[in-house]
Amino acid sequence: MDIVVCIKRVPATDAAIKIAADGKSIETAGVSYELNAYDEFALEQALRIKEQLGAGSVTVVTLGPKEAQKELRDALARGADKAVLLVTDKWVYDTYSASATLANWLKSVPCTLVLCGRQAVDADNNQFAPALAARLGFGCVTEVSKLTLADATFTAERDIEGAREVVVCKAPAVLSCNKGLNEPRYANLKGIMAAKKKPYEEVAAQVIAPAMAIESLTLPPARAAGRIVGNGADAVPALITALRQEAKAL
Amino acid sequence: MNHPYKALDFYNVDELYTDEERMIRDTIRDWVSDKFMPIIEEHNRAATFPSHLIPELGEMGVYGASLTGYGCAGLSGVASGLICQELERGDSGLRSFVSVQGSLCMFPIWAYGSEAQKQKYLPQMAKGQLIGCFGLTEADFGSNPGGMLTKAVKDGDHYVLNGSKYWITNGSVADVAVVWAKCEGTIRGFLVDKGTKGYRGKSIKNKFSLRASDTSELILEDVRIPASQMLPGIEGIKGPLSCLTQARYGIAFGAIGAAQAAFDEACRYSKIRIQFDKPIARFQLVQNKLVWMAAEITKAQLMCWKLGKMKDAGTMKHFHVSMAKRNSCWMALECCRLGRDILGANGITDEYQMMRHMCNLESVITYEGTHDIHGLIIGRELTGEDAIL
Repeated sequence: MDIVVCIKRVPATDAAIKIAADGKSIETAGVSYELNAYDEFALEQALRIKEQLGAGSVTVVTLGPKEAQKELRDALARGADKAVLLVTDKWVYDTYSASATLANWLKSVPCTLVLCGRQAVDADNNQFAPALAARLGFGCVTEVSKLTLADATFTAERDIEGAREVVVCKAPAVLSCNKGLNEPRYANLKGIMAAKKKPYEEVAAQVIAPAMAIESLTLPPARAAGRIVGNGADAVPALITALRQEAKAL
Repeated sequence: MNHPYKALDFYNVDELYTDEERMIRDTIRDWVSDKFMPIIEEHNRAATFPSHLIPELGEMGVYGASLTGYGCAGLSGVASGLICQELERGDSGLRSFVSVQGSLCMFPIWAYGSEAQKQKYLPQMAKGQLIGCFGLTEADFGSNPGGMLTKAVKDGDHYVLNGSKYWITNGSVADVAVVWAKCEGTIRGFLVDKGTKGYRGKSIKNKFSLRASDTSELILEDVRIPASQMLPGIEGIKGPLSCLTQARYGIAFGAIGAAQAAFDEACRYSKIRIQFDKPIARFQLVQNKLVWMAAEITKAQLMCWKLGKMKDAGTMKHFHVSMAKRNSCWMALECCRLGRDILGANGITDEYQMMRHMCNLESVITYEGTHDIHGLIIGRELTGEDAIL
């Protein structure tokens, strides 16, 4: 099975985000980046499927700047066979553009299964997997938190409101991976050294124009200072009153 | 307290490392944050080593990482040093475990062992399936290991070992001990397997330091081992000293990790601790302490990076290692003392890691050559005068 894992380089979750001077993008200077956490589950699952089948390949791909080489090398170090960077200096912020660009590229490579994180933690669109599946004509299961493969059939479990849904599907498919699916492995040190020798390709991305435009970005308002209503048990009635009447939290 | 760790890199030393070295460093850093930090204080209290993590470190390839072949990772000197740095950011006991396994036990087998010995021990040790220890120091022979009393006597195709070793990391848990003993007046290395009659390890209890690490006495009473268990490739004190050079190299990097942990904790604390209605980071005296720590850490990072380059180029001498080991341990211990001061009374509890690192470093500045002994090694090189013997 030829598996492609779509990953994304995102600002580190603890990065202090600032709005750039244009008011429509974030200030990239001084921001550290990392592999989108949900994509780690996708990569791990791809490696496990390949290990289970004892055959096939795992290719990681990302659409992004040259610097995303770091995240791809990390994926190679953990065990992916090949990495492809679709290079663009543009900030690809909408799913229409990202899914169309990736779908065009995916049609040019052998691929029977696409895995990705359930969402990228920068834009939080949560749309990429279904949009990509639609463009490829693949089946799609989103937010998979348990997955088994037997007799060429995937059985996927997904957390839905107050329940768990079990879905079966066959390749070709796009699966988006949720927390709980697996515990991603650490790169093995020999794997890190070997990653250098694995196939790595950079291709100029043919970015499909976005279907929407960002008008403005604003940071959430700064939190107002707290107020101490008193100390110890005696303060509880005042706290309850404040939570009910001022904060309307109760 | 478990906070996301932020390592100081004031001079962007990062750009001196290769991509692979950075990736290796970050992998170990993440592993320590995820797997080790949540449990270290419990183990420190209970004086236990988290032995369930031993195979994981083996899978990653941490043991004997700078050695080649026999399942070892064959990493650069800088990469193997950075591994020590990240492990010791967690705890000196963790780094000690890995140093003993790789530098003190696997290294002599790899460098001086017979092919049969290498095949027997190294692949399993690289995986963490066999644990090693290193028996050089004796209760009465610390800085002067050449005076050791442990003896080996040839008896047919066997050797019979008698004596005892002290302050041996992993001594009670090891599957194999590299024991240095005098054989007709010459120091030789012997591989003693666990379970050999007359050989046992006995843990040293009630330590204030390296609590999450086994420290033991090795007792050897008429221990009869085949002659094939002697390391054929080395004789004399240079054998064990060459192992110490390897381990001291790791310590030089490792202590930076402990200092980084101290700086991170102290700097973070200074920004949230309010006294006189302002964060204590706004006081000049507190800033001065943090600046001292940052400057010493930066200097040590640069010194160790250069040391690593010399190791890879084959130009590193033991006195170069002495200078880095001596400097790193001293500055790390001072960082912890200053950091504890910044933490005030809170710094004395194990809710903070400061005193755990400080207490550990009292061992680290002592073992593998004390601060003073390393001074004398460097002094001998500078002046040509030997003040040790």
